Amino acid sequence: MTTTTLAVLVPLLPFLGAAAGLLLGRTAPGFVRPLAVLPTLTSLLLAALVAVRQGGDQAVNAATELTPTGSIPIELALYIDGFAALVAVLVGVVATCVQIYSTGYLRDDPRYPSYAALVSLFTSAMWLVVYSGDLIVLLVGWEIMGICSYFLVGHYWETPEARAASIKAFLVTKLGDVPFLIGLFALATDAGSFQITKVLGTVASGGLDHPTLIALLLLAGVAGKSAQFPLHTWLPDAMAGPTPVSALIHAATMVAAGVYFIARLLPVFEASQAAMVVLAVMAAVTMIGSGLAALAQDDIKRVLAYSTIGQLGYMTGALAVGDRGAAVFHLLSHGAFKALLFLAAGVIIHAAGTNSLAAMSRMRGLRHRVPDAFWTMTVALLALAAIPPFSGFFSKESVLGAAEHVATGHTEHAPGAAGWTVLVAGMLTALLTAAYATRLWLRAFQGRGAEAPDHGRQPLTMTVVLWVLAVPSLALGGLVYRTLPDWFDGRDLAPTLTTAVLGTGLALIGVIVVYGAWRHTTAFAARVPLGAVAAHPEGDAGLVEAEAIAGHAPAYGDVAHAPDPADPGRLLLGPLYRHAAVGFHVDAVYSALFVRPVRAGATLVRFLDREVVDTYVRGAGALPRWLGAAVRRAQTGNVQTYVSALLAGTVVLAVAVVLVATGA
Amino acid sequence: MTLAASHGFLSPTGVEIAFLLVGLATFGAALVTVTTRQLVHAALWLVVTLGGLAVEYLLLTAEFIAWVQVLIYVGSVVVLLLFGLMLTKAPIGRSPDADSGNRWAALTVALAAAATLVWVVVDAFRTTWIDLDGPAEGSTRATGESLFQNWVLPFEALSVLLLAALVGAIVLSRKARADADEAGRARPNAGKADTDQADKEGAR
Amino acid sequence: MHLAYPAVLSALLFCTGLYGVLARRNAILVLMSVELMLNAVNLNLVAFDIWLSKAAEETLHSGQALTLFTIAIAAAEIGIGLAIVLAVYRNRGTSDIDKLRDTAEGHESGTPAADEKAEATA
Repeated sequence: MTTTTLAVLVPLLPFLGAAAGLLLGRTAPGFVRPLAVLPTLTSLLLAALVAVRQGGDQAVNAATELTPTGSIPIELALYIDGFAALVAVLVGVVATCVQIYSTGYLRDDPRYPSYAALVSLFTSAMWLVVYSGDLIVLLVGWEIMGICSYFLVGHYWETPEARAASIKAFLVTKLGDVPFLIGLFALATDAGSFQITKVLGTVASGGLDHPTLIALLLLAGVAGKSAQFPLHTWLPDAMAGPTPVSALIHAATMVAAGVYFIARLLPVFEASQAAMVVLAVMAAVTMIGSGLAALAQDDIKRVLAYSTIGQLGYMTGALAVGDRGAAVFHLLSHGAFKALLFLAAGVIIHAAGTNSLAAMSRMRGLRHRVPDAFWTMTVALLALAAIPPFSGFFSKESVLGAAEHVATGHTEHAPGAAGWTVLVAGMLTALLTAAYATRLWLRAFQGRGAEAPDHGRQPLTMTVVLWVLAVPSLALGGLVYRTLPDWFDGRDLAPTLTTAVLGTGLALIGVIVVYGAWRHTTAFAARVPLGAVAAHPEGDAGLVEAEAIAGHAPAYGDVAHAPDPADPGRLLLGPLYRHAAVGFHVDAVYSALFVRPVRAGATLVRFLDREVVDTYVRGAGALPRWLGAAVRRAQTGNVQTYVSALLAGTVVLAVAVVLVATGA
Repeated sequence: MTLAASHGFLSPTGVEIAFLLVGLATFGAALVTVTTRQLVHAALWLVVTLGGLAVEYLLLTAEFIAWVQVLIYVGSVVVLLLFGLMLTKAPIGRSPDADSGNRWAALTVALAAAATLVWVVVDAFRTTWIDLDGPAEGSTRATGESLFQNWVLPFEALSVLLLAALVGAIVLSRKARADADEAGRARPNAGKADTDQADKEGAR
Repeated sequence: MHLAYPAVLSALLFCTGLYGVLARRNAILVLMSVELMLNAVNLNLVAFDIWLSKAAEETLHSGQALTLFTIAIAAAEIGIGLAIVLAVYRNRGTSDIDKLRDTAEGHESGTPAADEKAEATA
């Protein structure tokens, strides 16, 4: 088979698997698990084959026009360069791991068939986005991911948190998608085609008329999908979905789509200096804000969610300094260790029966209950904190190195201001990332107090994939940073000495500070007993998690944080803690800016409708009603009365006719 | 047509005098029928009215119609009405509430209608003369010829209507409860005899 | 004979029947009044038929034929009408027309007798 055929099969197989899973889900439950895992696994192998064949050489470019679509043609096009090939492999690895993990995680869930089908569809859509060489086809995959995320985040729809979170995820991403769509149309109008190669050709020849406008419009959609400030608020709330879904969304699919999209169309953004600066500021605000917010979260998955936002900030930062190689490198390594973090967190939540760090910090020996999760999560947290030689170190250093490169005067791709912004914010975020990673590790695994509950061994399907993902988290960065430039733009991705020393030093400072604070505050833990665990700890992991999410707000007063004095984050953040815990009131700002005006407008419209419009209607109705009441009085029910009136009328008419006929 | 000038209202012929006298009796009987407080008397005065009308038909030389009138109306309809009065336990003797509260409206309407009709009829036909001489126009032969030459189809349709009425009367009386069996039996029989009669006479 | 005599007598009988239909309380008396009205019409038909067959040499005798039809239909009508009145009387215990007011505005407990009463007076 040609590379093109293989590449077409990659998104097609999971799509067919999803369709078959939805159709057979009820009638043939035995086929559901194979239908969920096998197409994804096959597609992973095909994607790997495509990557090997493509090998970072000349991009595979194939296009076929299904039907004429007027002045701007829409084509089914493939465009596979080194970025696409490698991101597709990452998507396959994470999706396969998630599917295998889900068979154990949602073992007893009655809605597993539809869940697995939606995950397959989601994966298929992401592959479509990755391979597509046409912007409209890309948009199709982009929107399918949006609707799938709505269903998957709302998987535990019995809980109000999940319902609210799914609607929020959908609406917020759609808020970005509307400008995104307009931006795509504007881009295609300027370029005369939706094909990415032609668009890039137009940009290279300077044919783009409104680069800033288009770039900013596209940026809105990317901010929505990739959860960048100010459209990031859906991501922490999306933690109300099942953990494997979080892993899938955060590691490889939905949030990666935005970054990947900018990486594909980076020349369009580079054409506008203003867009690059906006991108840099957006990345910086996102990085620092999410780092601070992650320090104050109590839900283990919300900590990871904010860390995703922060790491995505690194990627957009790399794009803001015009180095898409670094951005995609970080995307790959982050995909591996973030999937691992989420899947391990799922195991921990199942074992502990709670998603609250405050409750875990009062459990002794949780690490011995889930040794697989403990060791793999330690690896992943080290990668997240960018401690050498874990893979996160190399990818993050490549981002910081690119920023330094621009900041020190190589401004042919990006303005210097963007370089400095990204560099400073990246350094600060390195400190914060290490800090919250340490806090998570200490509070989850170094708890003191009552013995952690024992619910027996975790399912094998859930622990094996942790070790599978631990390998790239540990070694990916170190192994490939020399060969990756051949696949990408050829820009060097090796860490530079200055940033490596600075970044690692700051990370170590973060670790030490948090450790010190934790030693200081952990004594309080015994004084304030906290902890609520799921009512059915023997159930499958999905049930335990759903109960943990539903129980967090009643037990601790909020879904996001807990009133725990033993939290080192509380000591470190001081007065900021209160604001960080609620995500710096961004939701409140949205509420004031959008929700309340809309509601007030709705109230006004309702008032106008009820009181003004209806008054006329009621007035128009009143007269006939009075007339009707008067006429009703004539209905006595006495037939003789009726006939009397009838005949009297007949006489009158007869007289009138006679008079008229005789001309009187 | 002979003009009315030669036949003044002040010099009536013998037929006219007879018609007027019988007509007055008929009208008077009709008035009593609709005003009497004794229900059975109303039925009996109705007999007088219908009989008077039969005489008027004779005077108009429509003899076949006259005999049909006597047979059907005086013979069967009034009998049916008397049965009806009996079966609904109508009071015998004076009943104070024979008229409904609608009587003044009814009187007004009836007087207005009478005034209008009489005015129109007199205004239109005061000069019209019926020539009653020559062969009788309403003999059985003349009626039968016209009926079976020109009116066969309506005549047959009418027999279907009578059949439907017969079935309808039976169905309606079948709804009766068991204790009203007597009433149910009496009425359809009467109705049947009545319709048979009409058929026979029509066929003759 | 002047045509005015039978015509006026017919009009007067008709109006008498009209008064009876409108004023009488007992349904059977109303039926009697209906018979009066029908007979008034019959008289009209016969008188005009005699006049036209002499004056206009019209030989269809439509007036007399229609009179016969009317008589037959009246016989059927009186049979059905009495059956209905009896049914109403059995259901209600009365045959007074002005007590059958189920179709009045605001009347809640409608019964099937309402329709029958309307027919009975027709």
